[in-house]
Amino acid sequence: PCPPLTPLPSAPLQDIRNTVGNIPMEWYQDFPHIGYNLEGKKIYKPIRNKDELDMFLEKMENPEYWRTVQDKMTGADIKLTDEQVDLVHRLQKGQFGDVHFNPYEPAVDFFTHEVMIHPVTNRPADKRSFIPSLIEKEKVSKLVHAIKMGWIKPRKPKDDTPTYYDLWAHEDPNSILGRHKMHVPAPKMKLPGHEESYNPPPEYLLSEEEKLAWEQQEPAERKLNFVPQQYQCLRAVPAYSRFIHERFERCLDLYLCPRQRKMRVNVDPEDLIPKLPKPRDLQPFPTTQALVYRGHTSLVRCLSISPSGQWLVSGSDDCTVRFWEVCTARCMKTLPVGGVVKSVAWNPNPTICLVAICVEQSVLLVNPCLGDKLLYGATDQLLESYMAPEEERVQPVQWVMATMEEHSKGVRLVVQHSKAVKQVTWHGKGDYFASVVSDNSNMQVLIHQTSKRWSQNPFRKSKGLVQCVLFHPIRPYFFVATQRYVRVYNLLKQELTKKLMTNCKWVSSMAIHPGGDNIICGSYDSKLAWFDLDLSTRPYQLLRHHKKALRSVAFHKRYPLFASGSDDGTVIVCHGMVYNDLLQNPLLVPVKVLKGHVLTLDLGVLDVLFHPTQPWVFSSGADGTVRLYT
Amino acid sequence: TRRLCILKGIYPHEPKHKKKVNKGSTAARTFYLLKDIKFLLHEPIVNKFREYKVFVRKLRKAYGKSEWSTVDRLKDNKPSYKLDHIVKERYPTFVDALRDLDDALSMCFLFSTFPRTGKCHVQTIQLCRRLAVEFLNYVIASRSLRKVFLSIKGIYYQAEVLGQPVTWITPYTFAHDHPTDVDYRVMATFTEFYTTLLGFVNFRLYHSLNLHYPPKIDVQADVELKPAEGKEYAMDSESYLEKLSALSASLARVVAPTHEDEVEMDEFPVEGETAEQMDARKKEQEALEKHKKLFEGLRFFLNREVPREPLAFIIRCFGGQVSWDKSLCIGATYDVSDPSITHQIVDRPRVEQQVVGRYYLQPQWVFDSVNAKLCLPVADYFPGVLLPPHLSPFVTEQEGDYIPPEKLKLLAMQRGDNPDEESEEEDEEEEEEDGNDKEEEEEEEEDESEKEEEMKLKKMEEQKTQSSKLLPVKVTAGKLRLEDRQRLEQEQQSEEKRLAIMMMKKREKYLYKKIMFGKKRKVREANKLAAKRKAHDTAVKEEKKKSKKARRA
Repeated sequence: PCPPLTPLPSAPLQDIRNTVGNIPMEWYQDFPHIGYNLEGKKIYKPIRNKDELDMFLEKMENPEYWRTVQDKMTGADIKLTDEQVDLVHRLQKGQFGDVHFNPYEPAVDFFTHEVMIHPVTNRPADKRSFIPSLIEKEKVSKLVHAIKMGWIKPRKPKDDTPTYYDLWAHEDPNSILGRHKMHVPAPKMKLPGHEESYNPPPEYLLSEEEKLAWEQQEPAERKLNFVPQQYQCLRAVPAYSRFIHERFERCLDLYLCPRQRKMRVNVDPEDLIPKLPKPRDLQPFPTTQALVYRGHTSLVRCLSISPSGQWLVSGSDDCTVRFWEVCTARCMKTLPVGGVVKSVAWNPNPTICLVAICVEQSVLLVNPCLGDKLLYGATDQLLESYMAPEEERVQPVQWVMATMEEHSKGVRLVVQHSKAVKQVTWHGKGDYFASVVSDNSNMQVLIHQTSKRWSQNPFRKSKGLVQCVLFHPIRPYFFVATQRYVRVYNLLKQELTKKLMTNCKWVSSMAIHPGGDNIICGSYDSKLAWFDLDLSTRPYQLLRHHKKALRSVAFHKRYPLFASGSDDGTVIVCHGMVYNDLLQNPLLVPVKVLKGHVLTLDLGVLDVLFHPTQPWVFSSGADGTVRLYT
Repeated sequence: TRRLCILKGIYPHEPKHKKKVNKGSTAARTFYLLKDIKFLLHEPIVNKFREYKVFVRKLRKAYGKSEWSTVDRLKDNKPSYKLDHIVKERYPTFVDALRDLDDALSMCFLFSTFPRTGKCHVQTIQLCRRLAVEFLNYVIASRSLRKVFLSIKGIYYQAEVLGQPVTWITPYTFAHDHPTDVDYRVMATFTEFYTTLLGFVNFRLYHSLNLHYPPKIDVQADVELKPAEGKEYAMDSESYLEKLSALSASLARVVAPTHEDEVEMDEFPVEGETAEQMDARKKEQEALEKHKKLFEGLRFFLNREVPREPLAFIIRCFGGQVSWDKSLCIGATYDVSDPSITHQIVDRPRVEQQVVGRYYLQPQWVFDSVNAKLCLPVADYFPGVLLPPHLSPFVTEQEGDYIPPEKLKLLAMQRGDNPDEESEEEDEEEEEEDGNDKEEEEEEEEDESEKEEEMKLKKMEEQKTQSSKLLPVKVTAGKLRLEDRQRLEQEQQSEEKRLAIMMMKKREKYLYKKIMFGKKRKVREANKLAAKRKAHDTAVKEEKKKSKKARRA
């Protein structure tokens, strides 16, 4: 409570001091008055109707504005006098409020620091300061008595040397807690080897390069945590500078390292190798490269062989198709076709001499005129005996007779598709063939009948990008391989019978066992899936023999062999025995890895094919050769 | 909690399903078993720790206020705790404790070499020293030392205590440069536990040998040792420990040792053991006995430059008598001039004033002999001689590992045949022969080379004349290609194996490849070492020859 300021000069007549006392003034915020004066009358708040603009104008125009202060108690504006302003300034500077107060007056000591000769008080000493205290005497005698009686003993010096005794005097099995059973004892420190010796055999010392490598390694990665060194004699051996470090690290390991029991696999690696029948017992199979068919100048994409096994046809990126005699590796005929040959297929019917060739958007049916004259003559006759039907039917493709020039080269018929053709394959009887068009619509697969020159589109809907198609050798089934699935259709009932999951990313090729119950699928992720159609829709076995993408797979017609060609330039021949009795699963044994093709453009073997009667395998490669292994 | 974890031996566990425990995240975290933590909570020592904490706080306050009487009072009432029950709890049987003794010993030996100032309490250091010395004395008394190894880090010892191998390492006796990045509190906590453990173990071990604990020096021996000095000397605790640590005196037994100690043990044939196994066991036992008495009857003298303690310890462990210079340490039993000394251990390039009748040897001889289990020929270890490599006794080479040639030699020696001398002689002879041969050869070579050059020139001329006459086309005789049956078969087999490997299942293949990789790496390393050794040997030989030649010329 500071004394009230000097009586306000503006209101000398009436005393409008507020009587509410020292309370927060917000309590009167919502009332029209601000308190009560001495007479108990309400003090009304002064009317404030100034808005921002007025305030601003006043601030600008009123020269006394800066010394105007609102009195919280009365709500009135007060103009500070000059003395009051001075006081405020002084207080702000931290000076005394009173102008006349001198803080630096000279100090006068009450007592001098000098020792005077006379005492300050003149009182003589008490008598009781000369006689012994009775109370103290009593206390002392009590203590003496206690000591005499042995109640108080002098403090024994503490013996802090630990005492030891036979801790394990009686080892009772009960004290073995359950936790000791799950306790993982800390592994002992590794015992030192020869290299840690102060005088190791010379071969354990690091050479310069090794030392450099050691220094560049991370300390955690190093195999040895020290550099082996050699000293002439024991006297020369210095202290090991990291000794305390190593002990400390061991301590940290002991209490911070998580412990875990690890089962170390203790297997003889030889036991892991599966016991397979010896390849020698599974003969015959091709073992050595016998012939190389040279002539193509670019990669040979496809191969096919005549049903008699005498002639071989190969199609290549150099826009030619070559016919070879198998036994002599002689090129009998070269047929320029004016486009990259994607696929060739020799008619499997031995009475017909006809080859289907995929060139860009068309499939050429070619009579190679090789072999028995009667045979290929008969084929020509057969083709010419075609009678056009009376009514024109709408066909997805156009069948065109070859021109004279083409006819002289051997081309008989041209089946013109709307898009590029990828693959062509014959049905076992030799009348029907199927072609795959690289397209996304439902027109991907077409089935053609040669004798009636008639084509049809078996599918209404596209089920994905078709990779290859295949006819079942005996039954009316049709296999369509898309990227990840192989669908099996029944052509008679016109329905989907099975959908095989290949477990591969991208199927590249497909081949069927001559028995018709097993399929192999090669894929670009270097897997080969063997399906047993009777068993399940999942692969019976996935073989990961190749290191790179598989390009083609093939079954032998007579022998239990199958082969796969891959981008790593090898052909792997496997023994794939299928047993007649249903209980026994097929036996798959790799028997030979055939090498020969040179890798060109990162491509190795593009197609593999078995001879129809002999245990021989042909392979065509990106190096422009066809090779025969016998 | 850290102290508690250390003392109670609680360690984190690696969970079986890390992801499951970690709520799906794979971040690295440490996991303790919940049981372990609960177990810690029940420990009575937790309360003691709390008391101690309060004590420290009070003490600090008293210091701050400079209330010295309070400080004294507090210090007098310093709370103390014991770890006995924890030791018992962690090691319910004595054998468990022995199994975990390695780290305890290493730590105690390290702490006992620390300086008495700074780093940790003097009492701890003294206690460590005491326990370490007691343990050494036990090993001497029981003669259980088996292997020793001088490494660049320190000296490794391996003793067999009650059938358990106990290995420890001691640093070389130099001052440590104390690293700054080491938390001494952690180490001190470990040491606290280890000293307790080691004390109890020592007690038990001493009693198993009927020795006094705390150890007392055998009075008889004592009197013999120091007839002049009074008994008070031994009572002085400081010098007592020193004397004990001199390791020269045998210890007093509670029961006087009967000299008929070595009563032949009755042999109880263990059932299901064939005669061969029995024989082998017997042989082993005999070998062990022989090993224990390796230095029996030998009198050693240690020069002052030789590390006294390890050598005295080792020699005494194998029954030898040892002494040193009187000014070096107390406990010396005989003087340098004693004529009965058989071996003097010396570590300086040459010794003046050699006394006849004793071998002057480098300290490595003692270590190598212990590891070889026989007294090695002394010729390689004379002072100033280039020492043979010191091999680690802890390495047992398996098949396919690289074995250094020195080890092979040693193994042969252990088997009984003594190829050393022969081979050396042979070596020398060979060298001499080599030297002679070389010179002759060189001469011959010179002659031959001249001749050859002539021949070559002639031939060239002939060829020139011939080629001018003849057509360049030649028909070379076809070579008969011999088909090596064996090689063919091998190739076939390897191919079969390759094919079979192709048929392996994915997981097995992975395992197989890993195992094979490990094997191959091992072989590679062994080959590398062998190649290095070969290169080194040839280099040494060349140098020798050169020096020889230089000497001759």
